[in-house]
Amino acid sequence: MSSVSDDRSRDRIFWHCRRGLLELDLLLQRFVARHLDALDDGQTAVFVELLEYDDNDLFDMVMKRAEPVNERLSPVLALLRDV
Amino acid sequence: MGNIARRQFDAVVVGAGGSGLRAALQLAEANLKVAVLSKVFPTRSHTVAAQGGVSASLGNEEPDNWHWHMYDTVKGSDYLGDQDAIEFMCRKACDAVVELEHYGMPFDRLDNGKIYQRPFGGHTSNYGERAIKRACAAADRTGHAMLHTLYQRNVRAHTQFFVEWMALDLIRNQAGDVLGVVALEMETGEVMILQAKATLLATGGAGRIYSASTNAFINTGDGLGMAARAGIPLEDMEFWQFHPTGVAGAGVLITEGVRGEGGFLLNKNGERFMERYAPTVKDLASRDVVARAMATEIKEGRGAGKDGEYILLKLDHLGGDVIDKRLPGIREIAKKFANVDPATDPIPVVPTCHYQMGGVPTNVAGQAVMPDGKGGEKIIKGLYAAGECACVSVHGANRLGTNSLLDLLVFGKSAGEQVVKDISADVKSLPDLPADAADKTMARLARLDSATSGERVNDVGAEMRRTMQAHCGVFRFPDSMAEGVKKMLAVAERAKSTFITDKSKVFNTARVEALELDNLIEVALSTMISANARQESRGAHDRSDFPNRDDVNWMKHTLWYKEGNRLEYKPVQLKPMTVESFEPKPRVY
Repeated sequence: MSSVSDDRSRDRIFWHCRRGLLELDLLLQRFVARHLDALDDGQTAVFVELLEYDDNDLFDMVMKRAEPVNERLSPVLALLRDV
Repeated sequence: MGNIARRQFDAVVVGAGGSGLRAALQLAEANLKVAVLSKVFPTRSHTVAAQGGVSASLGNEEPDNWHWHMYDTVKGSDYLGDQDAIEFMCRKACDAVVELEHYGMPFDRLDNGKIYQRPFGGHTSNYGERAIKRACAAADRTGHAMLHTLYQRNVRAHTQFFVEWMALDLIRNQAGDVLGVVALEMETGEVMILQAKATLLATGGAGRIYSASTNAFINTGDGLGMAARAGIPLEDMEFWQFHPTGVAGAGVLITEGVRGEGGFLLNKNGERFMERYAPTVKDLASRDVVARAMATEIKEGRGAGKDGEYILLKLDHLGGDVIDKRLPGIREIAKKFANVDPATDPIPVVPTCHYQMGGVPTNVAGQAVMPDGKGGEKIIKGLYAAGECACVSVHGANRLGTNSLLDLLVFGKSAGEQVVKDISADVKSLPDLPADAADKTMARLARLDSATSGERVNDVGAEMRRTMQAHCGVFRFPDSMAEGVKKMLAVAERAKSTFITDKSKVFNTARVEALELDNLIEVALSTMISANARQESRGAHDRSDFPNRDDVNWMKHTLWYKEGNRLEYKPVQLKPMTVESFEPKPRVY
C-alpha cells in the first residue's frame, strides 16, 4: 500500500518536480517513473522534503557535490543519485 | 461571466522569475495592491539557471563606460536591436546592479571591496578593441542569487503571491484595453477572473518548442500564447539563440570548454568534419560556425544515431585523468544525461535552443505596443511585458551573454515604474469587464473537459518539437522550412482536438500540460512562419539560401498575428535617445 495511491497527492508531487533547472526536471521525472510507486510513506515524505530544497542546492546534492545536512535524507537521496 | 469568481487588484504580474519579481517590487513598494501569479514557487523560476552574470560598465577592474557596452550590444544584435532601448538599458545597468547590491545580493568581490567583474563573450573595451571585464557574478549562481534577493525583497514589501496558479487568457474590451487575466488555481481547479488596472506579462522564454532545449519544462511561453490569442502580435519570433553542444535527447549543456581542451566532433562515419568547414581553427571555430556545420551534417544524412539525429563529441583521447582535472563535472553530467562515460565513449550532442530574442512588442517603459493601422504605433492600454517574454528590443537578432539578466532588471523596473505612473495618472477605478470576459477561456476548458477522444497532448507536443528542431533549427534550409510551415500548420490543427483522460478538477497536471501546449503551439507557429518569410541571414536566423544580411530589405522587425498567420513589419529604431546612431557594419569578431 503506497502513500501515493491518492492520485491527487501524486499529482502534487509530480508538479513539484517541475523545477527552474532542466537538469532537475529530467532527473526527477526519471526518479518518479522508476521509484515513486515503490516508496513507503516515510520515503515519500523524505522525497517531498527533498523537493523543498532550492534547485541548485538539490542539484549539488544529487551530483554529489554536496552532502545532505540531515542523514535522514540519505537513503532516498541515494536512489535519486542513482537514477 | 456566469458564476466565475472575481478578484480585483491594481496590478497583476504573470510570472515570478527575475523580471516579474523586479516589476512586482516596484509596484508593492508604491503600495499598490499586486497579485503575482506563478505556476511554481517563485524561487524555482528558470532564472535560477542563469550562471554567467549580469553586465554593467561599473569599471571596477578597468576603465569602462555605457557607450562601449551599447556598441557591443548593438553589434551583437546584428543591428536589429532598437538603439533607443539599448541606450536605455546600458545607461541604467550600473544603477540596476548597485541597487541589487544594496538589496543584499551576494556579488563576488575584489580585494578592495568593489564588485568583481569578469570578461564575457562579445563585451569589449573601446568599441571592439579587446575583451573587457564587465560581467558581475555571484559565483556560478548569479541567477539563483538574484532570484532569492528579489524574492526576499518582495516578501518585505508584502507582495501577494498566487503560487501554483496559471494565467490562461488576457481579458480585453472592445477598445482593446487589457483588463486583467483569467487564471486557473491548480490546487482547486477553479477558474478565476483577476481584474486589474495593469497586467504585466513576465512569463519568460518558450524554448520548449524545440526537442533540443536547455529550457526547463515550465518554459512554455504562456504569456506569448495569451497575447497571441488576444490579437496582439509577436515580434521577431524567428530569432532563437542556440548552443552548439547540448546532450541529444536531454538538452543539458556540455561546456564549450570541452572543445577548448582538445575534444572534437565526429559524424557517423567517424569523420572529423570541422576540418572541412573551418580548416584552420576546426572545432574551435565560433559558436555559429560550429552549430551550422553540425546542422549541415545532420541535414545531409551524416548524423549518428538510429535516425541520424546527432553528432558525436569525442574526448576519450584526452584520458580520464585529464578530463577529471581540466573539465570537472563533465563525466558526471555525461553519465547522468547521455548515459555515456566520455573517458571511453563519445557524447551524442546537437545544437540546442537556449534563449528567445523575440516576444511581446514593448517600448522602453514596458508598455505593450502594436501598429495602429495608420502607419504608426499605439500603446495597448493596461498591458505591459518585461524580460525574455518581451521584445523591447535590446537583443535584436542575437543576445550577448549577461545581457539577459540585465534586461530583466532594467525593464522589470521600468515597466513597474510605468504601471505606477499610469495608475496614479489616469486609472482611478477598475473599468467594467465585458460580459464575455471569460467566455473563450471557459469554452477552451469545456472542450478539454468534455472531449473523450482525440489527440494526445504528448503526441502533439512531440510532433511540434520534432518539426521545429528539424525544420527551423539553428541553420535553416529553404525546402525544409517550406515543409516545416506545412507541418506546423497541421500540428496546430491537431492541437485543437487534444483530449485528456483525467477529468478531475483538483491538481490536474494533465490539464495544465494541455493548456501549456496551446501556448507552445502559438510560439512554434509564429517562429516557423516568421523564419520562413525572412529572406536573409541575420544574427541567430541563419539561412542556407540567403547567407548574408540584407539591410536594404530586411532591417525591420517581424510582427506575427495569430489570425490568418499574418505578418507585418516595423522599422528598427536606429536612432538612440541621446547619442549618435551606430551605423550597420559587418558583424565580425
